[in-house]
Amino acid sequence: MTFVPKPAARHPLLKTNEIGLTRRDYEAIVSTLCAGCGHDSVSAAVIQACHELSIPPHQFAKVSGIGCSSKTPSYFLGNAHGFNSVHGRMPSIATGAYLANKELKYIGISGDGDSASIGLGQFAHIIRRKVDMCYIVDNNGTYGLTKGQFSATNDRGSTSKRGVPNLYAPIDLVSLAIQLGASFVARSFSGDKQQLIPLIKAAVLHKGFAFIDVISPCVMFNNHEGSTKSYSHVRNHTEPVVDANLIMPRDEIAVEYEEGTTISVPMHDGSELHLRKLSDSYEPNDRVSALTYVQKAQEEGEIVTGLLFLEEDAVDCHDILGTTDTPFNGLAQESLCPGAEKLEQINDSLR
Amino acid sequence: MTSFNEFVIRFANVNGSGSASANGMFAKALFRMGIPVTTRNIFPSNIQGLPTWFEVRASAREYFGRRDKVDIMVAMNAETYKEDVDRLESGGYLIYDSTRGRPRELNRDDVHEIGIPITKLILSEFSDPKQRQLFKNIVYVGALSALLNMEFDVLTSMVASQYRGKDKLIQPNIRALELGRNYALKYLRCPMEVQVKSDDLIGDRILVDGNEAAALGAIYGGATLCAWYPITPSTSVADAFEKHASRLRVDPNTKKKNFAIIQAEDELSAIGMVIGAGWNGARAFTATSGPGISLMNEFLGLAYFAEVPAVVFDVQRAGPSTGMPTRTQQSDILSVAFASHGDTKHPILLPATPKECFDFAADAFDLAERIQSPVIVMTDLELGMNQTLSDPFQWDDARQFDRGKVLDFEDLEQIERYGRYVDVDGDGIGYRTLPGTHPTKGSFFTRGSSRNEWAVYTEDAQSYIHNMDRLNKKWETIRSLMPQSDVEHRNGRAGIIYYGTTATPMNESIGLLDENGITLNSMRIRSYPFGPEVVEFIDAHEKIFLVEQNRDAQMKSLLSFDLGVDPKKFVSILYYGGFSISADYIVDRVTEHYIVNKLPRLREVES
Ligand SMILES: Cc1ncc(C[n+]2csc(CCOP(=O)(O)OP(=O)(O)O)c2C)c(N)n1
Ligand code: SF4
Ligand SMILES: [Mg+2]
Repeated sequence: MTFVPKPAARHPLLKTNEIGLTRRDYEAIVSTLCAGCGHDSVSAAVIQACHELSIPPHQFAKVSGIGCSSKTPSYFLGNAHGFNSVHGRMPSIATGAYLANKELKYIGISGDGDSASIGLGQFAHIIRRKVDMCYIVDNNGTYGLTKGQFSATNDRGSTSKRGVPNLYAPIDLVSLAIQLGASFVARSFSGDKQQLIPLIKAAVLHKGFAFIDVISPCVMFNNHEGSTKSYSHVRNHTEPVVDANLIMPRDEIAVEYEEGTTISVPMHDGSELHLRKLSDSYEPNDRVSALTYVQKAQEEGEIVTGLLFLEEDAVDCHDILGTTDTPFNGLAQESLCPGAEKLEQINDSLR
Repeated sequence: MTSFNEFVIRFANVNGSGSASANGMFAKALFRMGIPVTTRNIFPSNIQGLPTWFEVRASAREYFGRRDKVDIMVAMNAETYKEDVDRLESGGYLIYDSTRGRPRELNRDDVHEIGIPITKLILSEFSDPKQRQLFKNIVYVGALSALLNMEFDVLTSMVASQYRGKDKLIQPNIRALELGRNYALKYLRCPMEVQVKSDDLIGDRILVDGNEAAALGAIYGGATLCAWYPITPSTSVADAFEKHASRLRVDPNTKKKNFAIIQAEDELSAIGMVIGAGWNGARAFTATSGPGISLMNEFLGLAYFAEVPAVVFDVQRAGPSTGMPTRTQQSDILSVAFASHGDTKHPILLPATPKECFDFAADAFDLAERIQSPVIVMTDLELGMNQTLSDPFQWDDARQFDRGKVLDFEDLEQIERYGRYVDVDGDGIGYRTLPGTHPTKGSFFTRGSSRNEWAVYTEDAQSYIHNMDRLNKKWETIRSLMPQSDVEHRNGRAGIIYYGTTATPMNESIGLLDENGITLNSMRIRSYPFGPEVVEFIDAHEKIFLVEQNRDAQMKSLLSFDLGVDPKKFVSILYYGGFSISADYIVDRVTEHYIVNKLPRLREVES
């Protein structure tokens, strides 16, 4: 079912998108997270991105695990259904939901604890299964909701609020995603709207599994001096390597790129994704070289951001499974129940 | 004295030796001769080299329970030879491979020995080592056909149909059958006193196992997603779903599938997918066993509180992963009934036959959507993995899926304000909406219980209590929807309660007890929460035997929990050795109780 929502009464200054909706139509209840929490900026970027995409809000389904991050689907796209599931298991909920109805757009929100610790197994396997969704990890290097324990993405040597250093090497979800076969892998920073919004837009439109690791500082437990996930540390150590810019069919392409620096990728809805390389040696279409680059930088304490890997013409799990075009949840009984006559044949085969 | 169509035969083999198909063929041949049969596979958790047994019970009286002793033993495994010989009933028949002479473990003079030089016969006829191994099994089936006086045509035509398309295999198989048969006819006394004869006792019934039946039920019940993780004895549910769905659920034109099977990375993921699909309006299920249920606990609780439909098949087995995974038990009752944390409880369906596996599987999907909660169908290895005689499956084409209370776009248009958990109808069940239905109405954020009836976030105590009480009200609605117990009154003073596969030996037990002057009224529980007929039955009897295949009398606890019955009312009969409970065991325990407590019997018998 697709219903185009009626535009609600609105402030004249609020800009409407192509389907006549304002940004407000993509908002939801007010966040109860700590003031300044990076996660709220991610929610704002999701709102902005979805509005700019002009997809009706109710055509999204939001899924999450447990954590401050996983609460955030409450705070965007209020007209979309959401599912705050259990800790680390959002991928399985997303997989089941996507199998049931492939026509919605799925946004998954998770945390670094949620995806890199308790849910690392599910994170790995949803990538293998190529579920068509935009999977965002609000990565703050800590367990916000349980008050500041180190998470598995926290860098070795990075300190807790009380000054205790983390003794273990981090799990880099970006590297894992590239290695495990994700077709869209990006990293960004909650404080960099310019970079994040186009990435979310592209991830939503991408057919296949799109992953964005968003460094999203926890002001309450991991924003101090000595933390490598604080606002100031991240600002000073990011290296954007590939800019993504989504050009909608209706947009006039105003920007002129320098020859050889831009890759243009057609998207399924007719828009075009322009990837602009900011680093000469970065190859966003080559899994091995992208992985090497990301890991080298990490060893040097630099955080590589941007659209880090993109596979064109990716397939998704419905393609792999060969499922019917009608969403499962819309199949009528006639297509599902083979009926009495067939059952009699089955009985016969068992005699 | 010659007996007909009433015996237990046991084949003692080594697993991985290809005996399963020969033994299965033997059972099917009896079935095709119109003789009621059941089969029982006793196998280790191992792929090759350990002992396995396959038992066939033929019974014109339809006594299908396991018997401790057997009438015919086909002893093909030297390693278990002694044990196998001991298991023979006095006067029984021992069939063995006499190629290397008479084994010294044979030390019973009260059984008939029948030596057949199986290996020798094979060596002279076949040269391919693989065939030599496989056809040993076929040779003894051929010999049995003569010894038992079976119709040979039935066997040869089965070989022909089994290998249709692989025609090269038909002739050697028939040759192997003939080798055994001709040897027996020429050198042995044929037939034995235990014999078969064609009859007409099958009617329209079928021979099938419970897992295949459950898978078919899932297909008929409209399941589109099977998400699972391999575990004995449930694996064949998913296998059968795949096999049948690949035929029944593929669009003939586009070749696209109206189903999906996902072999998940573990059971947490499997149940998560089922819940995700259920939340989004598709019928989904998983099949597992005890260890998988343990892993699914957290999610089952979420589905209970968030009120998401899900169907789970728990094919029970004994103990943990390094317990006895290939043995049968009913020991997950409590862990399923209360799976998860924070006051959760789940309805359970307890089929006892393949036909009931089919029916309950299909019903489970209606029920889960009606009550918006997980429904767990509990079988066990005995029912799931053994082919047994069953009423044929039936489907009424007029039947419509019950999709429960789901609001569509038009419904939402009519509504002022939608509240997911508002008890509009007074039955404790609210109205669901599916993602994507309406641009501005009906959306909500699904979460556990930190919300009010409008699905708005709150941690308010009153809202929590209100919700929990409504869930209890829903529980009563669920009670009214569950299949009723099977009650049989026989004018007995005492009653016997049982469930699941304990039904298999029960008719025999009740018959034998009756011969001993102990007449029991019986009740087979078919579901939980329990209906009023359960209360009535318990109230009507002063003494009640409660038979279970677990150590801790789990159903007794559940009856006390759900109905407030005094657990002292029950005399538990518990078997938990991992084989299915036998009629003799039940009879002995009941009789013992009568003797020890000096209870009067209905008719006094000499004992
Ligand atoms: C099974 C289980 N174990 C533990 C918890 C407690 N818990 C809640 S949130 C959380 C950590 C969340 O960390 P993260 O995913 O990084 O989210 P953040 O709050 O940092 O955004 C934990 C351990 C839980 N909810 N469930
Ligand atoms: S505790 Fe940290 S992660 Fe949680 S809301 Fe506060 S700032 Fe954000
Ligand atoms: Mg975190």
